[in-house]
Amino acid sequence: MNRTTRRQLLSASALVALTGTAFGRSFRNGLPWSPNEAYPPSPITPRAWQFFSPDEVAAVDAIVDRLIPSDDLGAGGREAGCTVFIDRQLAGPYGVHDGLYMDGPFPPNPLPSQGLQSPVTPRQQYRQGLAALSAYCKATYAGRVFASLSHEEQDALLTAMEKGEAKLPGYDGRSLFAAIYANTIEGYFADPVYGGNRDMVGWKLVGFPGTRYDYRDVIDKPNQPYMLPPVAMQGRPAWGQLP
Amino acid sequence: MSRRLPRKAVVIVGLGWTGSIMAYELAKTGLDVVAIERGPWRDTASDFNIGTAADELRYGIRLDLFLRTKQETITARNNMSQTALPIRRWGAFLPGNGVGGAGVHWNGQTWRFLPDDFRIRSHMIERYGEKIMPADNTIQDWPVSYDELESSYDRFEYLAGISGKAGNLRGQIQPGGNPFEGARMREFPTPPLKQGYAQDLFTKAAAEKGLHPFPRPSANISTAYTNPYGCSMAPCTYCGFCERFGCANYSKSTPQTCVLPVLMREPTFEARTECEVTKVNLSADGKRATGVTYVDRNGEEWEQPADLVLLCAYGLFNVRMMLLSGIGKPYDPNRNEGVVGRNYAYQCGGGATGYFEDAKFNPFAAAGSLGAAADDYNSDNFDHGGLGFVGGGSMTCAYTNGRPIAYHPVPPGTPNWGSKWKRAVRDTYQRVANVGVQGSVMSYRGCYLDLDPTYKDPLGRPLMRMTFDYQDNERKMSAWMSERSNEVVKAMGAKQTQMSRLNGPWSVVPYQTTHNTGGAVMGSNPKTSAVNRYLQSWDVPNVFVMGASAFPQNAGYNPTGTVGALTYWALDAIVGQYLKNPGALVQA
Ligand SMILES: Cc1cc2nc3c(=O)[nH]c(=O)nc-3n(C[C@H](O)[C@H](O)[C@H](O)COP(=O)(O)OP(=O)(O)OC[C@H]3O[C@@H](n4cnc5c(N)ncnc54)[C@H](O)[C@@H]3O)c2cc1C
Repeated sequence: MNRTTRRQLLSASALVALTGTAFGRSFRNGLPWSPNEAYPPSPITPRAWQFFSPDEVAAVDAIVDRLIPSDDLGAGGREAGCTVFIDRQLAGPYGVHDGLYMDGPFPPNPLPSQGLQSPVTPRQQYRQGLAALSAYCKATYAGRVFASLSHEEQDALLTAMEKGEAKLPGYDGRSLFAAIYANTIEGYFADPVYGGNRDMVGWKLVGFPGTRYDYRDVIDKPNQPYMLPPVAMQGRPAWGQLP
Repeated sequence: MSRRLPRKAVVIVGLGWTGSIMAYELAKTGLDVVAIERGPWRDTASDFNIGTAADELRYGIRLDLFLRTKQETITARNNMSQTALPIRRWGAFLPGNGVGGAGVHWNGQTWRFLPDDFRIRSHMIERYGEKIMPADNTIQDWPVSYDELESSYDRFEYLAGISGKAGNLRGQIQPGGNPFEGARMREFPTPPLKQGYAQDLFTKAAAEKGLHPFPRPSANISTAYTNPYGCSMAPCTYCGFCERFGCANYSKSTPQTCVLPVLMREPTFEARTECEVTKVNLSADGKRATGVTYVDRNGEEWEQPADLVLLCAYGLFNVRMMLLSGIGKPYDPNRNEGVVGRNYAYQCGGGATGYFEDAKFNPFAAAGSLGAAADDYNSDNFDHGGLGFVGGGSMTCAYTNGRPIAYHPVPPGTPNWGSKWKRAVRDTYQRVANVGVQGSVMSYRGCYLDLDPTYKDPLGRPLMRMTFDYQDNERKMSAWMSERSNEVVKAMGAKQTQMSRLNGPWSVVPYQTTHNTGGAVMGSNPKTSAVNRYLQSWDVPNVFVMGASAFPQNAGYNPTGTVGALTYWALDAIVGQYLKNPGALVQA
């Protein structure tokens, strides 16, 4: 996002306006905001892929479509835009571990209870992991890539990755699976403004009304179905065509 | 080289819940007060706008409002034989950042601790004998009683407009409230929140089992309210975006809704944001604080001299500030000596999930503190004889939210993905109710905070190291509480239930609670406490330390009601005694 946020502008002008000592920001004698200022996320618009290569798009499309298949219950991960969502997330601050403490040392065998202990960023994780997956598939399935496997083959391989049984060359299949799985769930259920959950399919699946922000009427009627359609931050489905 | 600024009467480190209350009350007396806050300015209209507040990805998952670990984190390990590693991505707990602190994005479950909690050591030994006390515990009585704190609890609850139903009014048990609670002098400021279908089932089932259900006290408030400071709040709309989010409705009690509007009008108050305090400066003999040093957003270092320093930086960061500044003797677990870092404790979970047929629980119609609770298994409200543990927990059937990235339950045995999973997600969302436990954690010799030998923050100073695990006492307690919860969920009509278990070591990964307690505990003996009964440092009497760092061990409730009460309690001592005659309020 290259847009200068209002906050940056405010901070910049505050620095200029300060006379004498240069504090971070100093506030006194009143509130320092103007009403109705917020910093909304920029909606995902149809543009070229920002991070994935065409081969990666094909692989991720195929994976998210097995994790959440399109079926009689509605659109699955691919149709819902999970690949677009993941692409934009990786292109943004999430992709580079923005804000995370990344000083070493990184010992080789951290305890599971100590959580994330790798300097490999989500971008590197996808790039290396998908390359390893591609190499594994070509070697194992006579030159075919993941996207060209049958659904049965895809499911078996994903299951093996999930269990840590598929030995991808030079990359931990389990961690690749875990990353794609988590990001797919995010994409399927996050506000459509981020490029997934197209037409609010994820919300419609479970009956989550989105950002309506007022359920006093629901609380007043226990054990009754909720009938209104969901609303997203932009008020309507944020359709973004695949680039 | 830092440049020295003009002297202030009071410098407050951190402008969250405790800092804002202190700032307002002290500025009101005419003192020059500056609060130095490391995060940005935040306010409802500008930052928690209704059009953008309900964004699960940004706030709930990417944790936009929280401290970045890059700025400060904590290293963690389960016991002293391991090497602690930095928490690189927050998980178990989520420290706040910016004006309002964690008060911005808390859930709002606002409890008073029980009278027995304040003298748990004496009480348990009197009733059950020494043998009930767990191995290597460092459990100690609080240096204040419930009765002494009652009026301070009352002030915090009226500040925050807490919604609830009294269970004990001046000694008279009240129908519909919590009969186990300590006597309160008056009703809650606002009536309880409405309850959902699951809470109705819980209330019936619990009552049938002989328990005493009541609506959980809530800082998501039920009606419009104007607090004694003159700040107004609006009724909660059950939007289900409380914990991790700012409230766009002015319905959640926060520094933003309850204090800042009047604080910012005090002519002698100034807030400096995006400035990180790095140290409390001490006089050459180490017995007086001369002020603080901080670094602004441009990396410039400043010295802010002050007569009185209030650490309001959140319990964990208060402790690190004391360790880095040399206030009080650091705790040494090998010799069980020293006080700063001692008695770190936490909260332990438990409970049971029920899968129902045909229910429409509408989990999205929720509030951070909506819920029906029962306190029959908390503290020593039940007979611990033969159970083999100390402590207990509050039990609650609640929906804090139905946000689907994090909440899309499926019954045990469902595949993790694929069409079957998708169908189960659809069929289960409306049909799950949970009875959860907020359990106490006692204090132990081997659970403590100190400075990490390896990892440093961006300014080159050691990170704080946390050595913590659940001990046998807590594991037994949690398992027992889960059994009790399971009985209630079954009685509610669940067709399938699943108990939660404290399996394996305490982990930094899944969110548990931001209820980190201890490390600078209050007490009546300077050998076993860092601050006296007024939260005043024993060693440096012009430093007071607010927050849950003062808890000698944790009780079976969320901490902030007690944190707020202690703030008013300390404030009375500062205004009533200290300012008139600055010096130690308790002789060691
Ligand atoms: C997700 C979540 C849910 C919660 N839910 C509940 C609940 O339901 N019930 C309950 O009782 N409690 C709850 N809590 C806990 C509650 O928020 C805290 O107990 C409360 O905010 C503590 O107040 P405090 O003033 O001690 O710290 P805070 O309110 O966190 O304020 C501390 C401030 O100090 C600032 N600071 C820290 N270090 C420095 C420094 N070096 N220099 C300058 N500034 C600094 C921080 O940026 C912060 O703004 C929850 C917390 C979280 C995070």
